[in-house]
Amino acid sequence: MEIKSPTFKQNSHDALANEQLQKALGNVRSGFIDKRRKAADRLPEFDALRDEAKRIKDHALAHLDLYLEAYERKVTASGGHVHWAETAEDARRIVLDICRASGARTVTKGKSMITEEIALNDHLEKNGIRAVETDLGEYIIQLRGEHPSHIIAPAVHLNKEQVESDFRRVHDHLPVARDLSEPESLLNEARMVLRKEYVTADVGITGANFLVAETGSSIIVTNEGNGDLTQILPKVHVVVASIEKIVPTLEDASQILRVLARSATGQDMSVYTTVSTGPRRKSDPDGPQEYHVVLLDNGRSSMLGTEFQDMLRCIRCGACMNHCPVYHAVGGHAYGWVYPGPMGAVLTPSLIGVDKSGHLPNASTFCGRCESVCPMRIPLPKMMRHWREREFERRLNPFSQRFGLKFWAFFARRPGLYKLGTGLTTPLLSLLGGRKKRLRRLPFASGWTRFRDLPAPESRTFMQQWRDRETQKQEAHR
Amino acid sequence: MQKTNPATPRVGLFVTCLVDLFRPTVGFAAISLIERAGCTVEVPAAQTCCGQPAYNSGDRKDSRAIAENTIRAFEEFDYVVAPSGSCAGMLKKHYPGLFAGDAKWEERARAFSAKVHELVSFLADEMGMTAVEAELAANATYHDSCSGLRELGIRAQPRQLLSTVRGLKLNELPEADSCCGFGGTFCVKYSEISNAIVEKKARNIEATGADLLLAGDLGCLMNMAGKLKRDGSKVETRHVAEVLAGMTDTPPIGGRG
Amino acid sequence: MSGREAILGKVRRALGVDAEDGARGDTVEKRLGRPPEGIIPERGQVADARRVKSFCAEAEAVHATVKKVKDHSAVPAAVAAYLRSKNLPAEIRMGADRRLAAMPWTKQKALTVRPGPSDGDDLTGVSHAYAGIAETGTVVLLSGTDNPTTINFLPEHHIVVVEAKDIAGNLETVISKVRRKYGRGEMPRTLNMITGPSRSGDIEQKLLLGAHGPRSLHLIVVEG
Repeated sequence: MEIKSPTFKQNSHDALANEQLQKALGNVRSGFIDKRRKAADRLPEFDALRDEAKRIKDHALAHLDLYLEAYERKVTASGGHVHWAETAEDARRIVLDICRASGARTVTKGKSMITEEIALNDHLEKNGIRAVETDLGEYIIQLRGEHPSHIIAPAVHLNKEQVESDFRRVHDHLPVARDLSEPESLLNEARMVLRKEYVTADVGITGANFLVAETGSSIIVTNEGNGDLTQILPKVHVVVASIEKIVPTLEDASQILRVLARSATGQDMSVYTTVSTGPRRKSDPDGPQEYHVVLLDNGRSSMLGTEFQDMLRCIRCGACMNHCPVYHAVGGHAYGWVYPGPMGAVLTPSLIGVDKSGHLPNASTFCGRCESVCPMRIPLPKMMRHWREREFERRLNPFSQRFGLKFWAFFARRPGLYKLGTGLTTPLLSLLGGRKKRLRRLPFASGWTRFRDLPAPESRTFMQQWRDRETQKQEAHR
Repeated sequence: MQKTNPATPRVGLFVTCLVDLFRPTVGFAAISLIERAGCTVEVPAAQTCCGQPAYNSGDRKDSRAIAENTIRAFEEFDYVVAPSGSCAGMLKKHYPGLFAGDAKWEERARAFSAKVHELVSFLADEMGMTAVEAELAANATYHDSCSGLRELGIRAQPRQLLSTVRGLKLNELPEADSCCGFGGTFCVKYSEISNAIVEKKARNIEATGADLLLAGDLGCLMNMAGKLKRDGSKVETRHVAEVLAGMTDTPPIGGRG
Repeated sequence: MSGREAILGKVRRALGVDAEDGARGDTVEKRLGRPPEGIIPERGQVADARRVKSFCAEAEAVHATVKKVKDHSAVPAAVAAYLRSKNLPAEIRMGADRRLAAMPWTKQKALTVRPGPSDGDDLTGVSHAYAGIAETGTVVLLSGTDNPTTINFLPEHHIVVVEAKDIAGNLETVISKVRRKYGRGEMPRTLNMITGPSRSGDIEQKLLLGAHGPRSLHLIVVEG
């Protein structure tokens, strides 16, 4: 996937000017936040479960090598195959080989951010294999040649008119006179069109919300049932999952499941939570004949043992971006790659380098709302600050910014000079502010004054006034 | 130097750079309130900035140097009080981490941070203040600054104290706990996004019908006041300390009209 | 070096651990052998008497419909009545579940029962749940000839029979039950947990039922 993160500022500018996008983002702000709040309020144990979920993941990560080995043993014992992919390229190659080996022409896909990360669809298409997204939101954006703008609601940036226009353009075998003015009719059409794909696909590819070491199972969580149709109808089921998806036991999965849907959509439980283990047994009249798991590293092992390890607890619920004022303003595409919002700001530099994605951890007010709603207690602002530290060390920020900061710090470390300098600038600014007590323009401050007036200071600094008051007090005592 | 009288706590006022440079009234209001709570207040001359601009920009070296200066200037006091949630948050929650690995300084920082409080939280939670002697006929609304809210748990205290100001009507601000878009250097580095965020805040403020906006952080207040004034709004903006201390003679932040 | 060795090596180096560390191995073995239960919310610990009521309330809250019957013999009539109420043809797809087979289907003269996994053309499928979960109004179904997984997803409408005695308070209880049935660490090929009919919010965040899975989920609770 083309990386557009370096042009984050331009992307944001375009996003802010996009009226239709701004209207769609209003839905994110109101819908998701209220729903999560209600679900959390309805479960007294919610916060305790978040703490437990964090503990489980930390334990799993501290023993990741052993749980991965245990997981592999169980998958193999149940008749499945485990493939280990160090890089995105390895993963693409492995999946393509599996598809080729089964003579696949069409592949159905459950919703999987990992397959976006490794740009799997493009690779399959380039090699003559049709990859059809089945999650309604993913299907819609696939028709548009777009990428998801939200990790659980991929088409959140679109309105129904846009969807109608795409359906009419692509489903050209259907009667032109049909009514597609309501979301219901769009859903029915997608259901009908995709039903054909499900039953003719040769291979079904899904991600995994969890990989369970105890049983060698993969767990997917959907509301539509598309993931299930993807994985039970074709001859071959391929699971692509990054290594940190491992949890030790089914109970561990259950604990985390309790905070997943509530944090994502405000549901107590998603409609379909499916635990799959290996290919069909002799006693199964349906189900895939082959079951493959592609375990992907792609930078995860480099995060272990570093100040970014906590990010490996992420369960991709999307709560952080649902609550982020920056995401509300610019939407997901502005972030320029696969993962948007606060989790994207922390994860993206680890995966594609901070030199390409430095804007992401910088475009944050550190309001802390993301951390306050994260079900896995990930300290997102702290890790964004760590990225800023790495950039500072490597001198990746613009010279003007570094200079400005160094200038300020120089004075802040020297109280005497500080008082001298501020004792001069404050009265000056106060004068410039005039009777109105505010400035519309100020040299070097266009970042502020472009959109806001700058409130003018009072005529002298606090320290100046305080010193005078203290001096007066002492003289009064004489 | 005064001797510490166990009955009269000694408070060192961390005035904050924004209050020092832009709005000393807030500093004097803070002193008035802290004295009324039964403390003595001193203002160490060696203070400058809490170091947050350097810290949030990834410059740990300068942050640490500034922190050392601050700790040295304030560690003798019983309490360190700042009229700002973000500065108090920096001093209280982030200073110790700056000295990780340096056993001596880490202990000193921890001891210092334990004494740090944001102003309104200090008055209500530490000094048990439940009411103020102040009067202001105004229709007000209150914005929860992010650091104060999420790092220091400040939400009920200002509302409680404001409810005792005679003549003051307080309307709840929709999405009061939503960021105003200031974020320190963020507001100039990503000014378009900051503007989009503060515009939403301004719309919410106007929707309350209030004529007075209050908050506990001058950065947020200057950002919101600057936006309201640019939009031609008649809403006036003050720091909550000014209202609680009954010191509302100074023109509001960004002036009137 | 294989991808496997490379990845495991990187993980171990990052964690600063030795592959031969016995203590870590013991910790992992212990947890896998005796999984800690974790936190079970009060909602998931409803006592027997109220469990069915709780289950039905939660299921209805997520747009499933629920019908309680006194015993197994009443199920075929309840199925026929449901089909009539929705103007659906009197045809169902059903697996080989013995409990279902033992019900008096022949008494419903107009009803056609097609056995086996769903072929994609069925309007209505009927399954027997392995268990129910009161905490969330969820039914748990296991793959196999008894209740083929395709019946859970391909038909337009899904009817699930669940016995009141099989309704557990929480998922953890069902997990223990599955362990006893299949053996420690063993699972059927698919275990489905279904909570309401298929839905999507992908178009303008508007909630719609019947995305790709069944449009409706009807639960028949056998009080027995």
